[in-house]
Amino acid sequence: MTQATPLSDNASDGTTAAVRPGACWLCRGPLDARALFCATCHAVQPPAPIDHFARLELPVRFDVDSAELDRRYFALQRQLHPDRFATRTARERAISQSQAVALNAAYEILKDPLSRAEYMLRLNGVDVNPDGCNTVRDPSLLMEQMERREALAEAETPDAVHAIIAAAQKDLDEGFAATAVAFLAKDLERAECEITRLKYLTKLLEEARIRRARLGGSAAR
Amino acid sequence: MKLLQIHEPGETPLPHEDERGAAVGIDLGTTNTVVAVATNQTAEVLRDAAGRALLPSIVAYGDTVRVGEMARHELLDRPETVISSIKRLMGRGAGDLRMLAGTLPYELAPPADGGMVRLRIGGRVLSPVEISAEILRAAKARAEAALGRDVDRAVITVPAYFDDAARTATRDAARLAGLEVLRLVNEPTAAALAYGLDREAEGTYAVYDLGGGTFDFSLLRLEKGVFQVLATGGDASLGGDDFDHALADRFLAERGTVIDSNQAKLALALARLAKECLTTQDPWSGILDLDGKPSKHAIDRATFEAMIEPHVDRTVEICRGVLDDAGVDPSELKGLVLVGGSTRVPLVRRKIAGLIGKEPLSDIDPDEVVAVGAALQAEALTSGSDTLLLDVTPLSLGLETMGGLVEKIIERNTPIPVGKAQEFTTYQDGQTAMMIHVVQGEREMVDQCRSLARFELRGIPPMTAGAARIRVSFAVDADGLLTVSARENTTGIESRVEVKPSYGLSDDEMAQMLRESIDNARDDMERRLLAEAKVEARRGIAAVRSALAADSDLLSETERAEVDAAIAAVEATLSGKDRDAINAAAEALEHATRPFAERRMDRGIRAALAGQRVDQFDD
Repeated sequence: MTQATPLSDNASDGTTAAVRPGACWLCRGPLDARALFCATCHAVQPPAPIDHFARLELPVRFDVDSAELDRRYFALQRQLHPDRFATRTARERAISQSQAVALNAAYEILKDPLSRAEYMLRLNGVDVNPDGCNTVRDPSLLMEQMERREALAEAETPDAVHAIIAAAQKDLDEGFAATAVAFLAKDLERAECEITRLKYLTKLLEEARIRRARLGGSAAR
Repeated sequence: MKLLQIHEPGETPLPHEDERGAAVGIDLGTTNTVVAVATNQTAEVLRDAAGRALLPSIVAYGDTVRVGEMARHELLDRPETVISSIKRLMGRGAGDLRMLAGTLPYELAPPADGGMVRLRIGGRVLSPVEISAEILRAAKARAEAALGRDVDRAVITVPAYFDDAARTATRDAARLAGLEVLRLVNEPTAAALAYGLDREAEGTYAVYDLGGGTFDFSLLRLEKGVFQVLATGGDASLGGDDFDHALADRFLAERGTVIDSNQAKLALALARLAKECLTTQDPWSGILDLDGKPSKHAIDRATFEAMIEPHVDRTVEICRGVLDDAGVDPSELKGLVLVGGSTRVPLVRRKIAGLIGKEPLSDIDPDEVVAVGAALQAEALTSGSDTLLLDVTPLSLGLETMGGLVEKIIERNTPIPVGKAQEFTTYQDGQTAMMIHVVQGEREMVDQCRSLARFELRGIPPMTAGAARIRVSFAVDADGLLTVSARENTTGIESRVEVKPSYGLSDDEMAQMLRESIDNARDDMERRLLAEAKVEARRGIAAVRSALAADSDLLSETERAEVDAAIAAVEATLSGKDRDAINAAAEALEHATRPFAERRMDRGIRAALAGQRVDQFDD
């Protein structure tokens, strides 16, 4: 008897692979492939095997308007959340839960620009290393990050940490803009490079914020 | 033929409400319990004959079981029969308990299998679940008296920071009390619902909930009827009780006597009185009379505040962490709602005002606001609503991996319901079994997190190390309850368990308690199954009627008559109480409509081939 050994990060990316028959489970009539509800008997249907963008009725592109994303997510949850089915049959309750789970998975991935970028690479067949540690092919990136880390380690005042945060945040914003351009140009290699750098910057920002909190700086970002 | 009702998707008619009892909201608190009911989005707190809204969460086990004020009166005369603050023991083990001057304010009995605490009270041995069930029964009885009808369903609130064990224990207590739990709703979320709906609030709000035994801090975004929890944090054993403990410790130290568990209860009762008085009065003095030896104690507010300041500072620290998690600056908050009786303590209000830079909101009674929100949600769940509550998991969920490390599967503050899976492998050649140990918490080491459950996946075919593919899936439902399953992918061997908390009840214990409970549990279960069968049968009829309205031309007159007869047969059973007859008639209806369904599919396929009904493939 031994403990579990992790194999891969997050094997599920939320795209349900269940085969979906073209018939409504309740009235057994014909059903459109992506219908949330049966057009005839209105029964809620299991989540279709579609990507996160399609799930939230958004085009596949890196530039996502977060207000639009929220609007779609809320509108769909209003129809599909288990709270809407609390007094329904057990089957409808279970299906609504799987729909809400699929919506939450899509929302969580698309809401955060870094996870959204990685997801787009995966959609395009690029294998993303989950830890992003051994994907560095660029020595200058490594050097840049080491310098930033040293600067953070040496920062002794909230103001000094704040300056590092501000610089990293600016680079992060520019990096996301560059990522968007790379995706629009379908330059996946460029996008992958940007994303690797963004991962380092994000990690650095996290650590810098923890350090600022320890030094007694402002609580928020 | 009957007229067809047209409904929007997801808004098909709700089951016949008149067959069911009323649905209420219950705030099952450490110190007090409150029950409320909502009609047309207006909630009313239900009071006892004397007009009191608060039902003290105190149970006295004398010749009869008494709950509330009557139990409180027993405290002075027969403290050995009285138990309070039971919520602090929900889903907990003996190691979690706190001492007062080296003594627990209750007597422990040996724990049952699984480690759940058992208490010895008035000659009985009881679990926290059974004691909480008594409080819920009293709340149910109060609601039934106030409403003049049966109450059999409830939204019950729990601290957002309650772990899986404590949530399951709460759900079990409701079952014992004869209540179907419509939903477990987090207390701060319920409070936000009450506040937001009342004021049509929009923007980012914080809820600071300091109760008798638990502390929660939640950040929510309110927007057009959506209540989206952004982040939550807390401490499931930090509350006003800690203030009482600090005061009682001081009184006992001043007396310099050794005490037993009954005297501890009396000292705590006096401490509570002192704490409440110090909100409006400064200084306070009183007499602690134990065994006919009275001692006089006096304290001023400044001293009291110095004593409790570490606890209050701890809550502020948690608030900062949650704000940080969500990336929200205190200046961005539109408001902060105060919940829980302990927020009446002046020091708490000052510290919170200091954190957010403005005065907190407390214009809905902080003792009643959670029950009001629960009642609103109970109405929304049973009668439909446009309001949407989107909550999160308070604590990360993970698995033990090699070296006692935790591999997180679901991070804290993930929106629920959520399902995630991860693949693991064996690390020894020929390994045929794997221990799956489920834990909850933020720390990296297993022994610093709460152990939720252990189970074994057996029958893995012997392979070289690293060859097996074991997929472990975590699912958290809208109540925040976890189910874990594991499956070996090359062979399809599956082991599925609903996580039974380490400090919870086994199925056998639950069944035993249900048998022994004063409610006739069997009737209760049968009633529920009957209601469910009727819901299913009605849903089936509605589906057939919709299909007939769309495609009735596919049936000959004889065939149509057969289907109509089958529908009538199901309807005939619905007025009765014979569950088997309902299920049989529903099955007959399904059988009778099978050829009809096949013809409808044929028509659908033909239409699609003819290009009249092409699915939209827009990618």
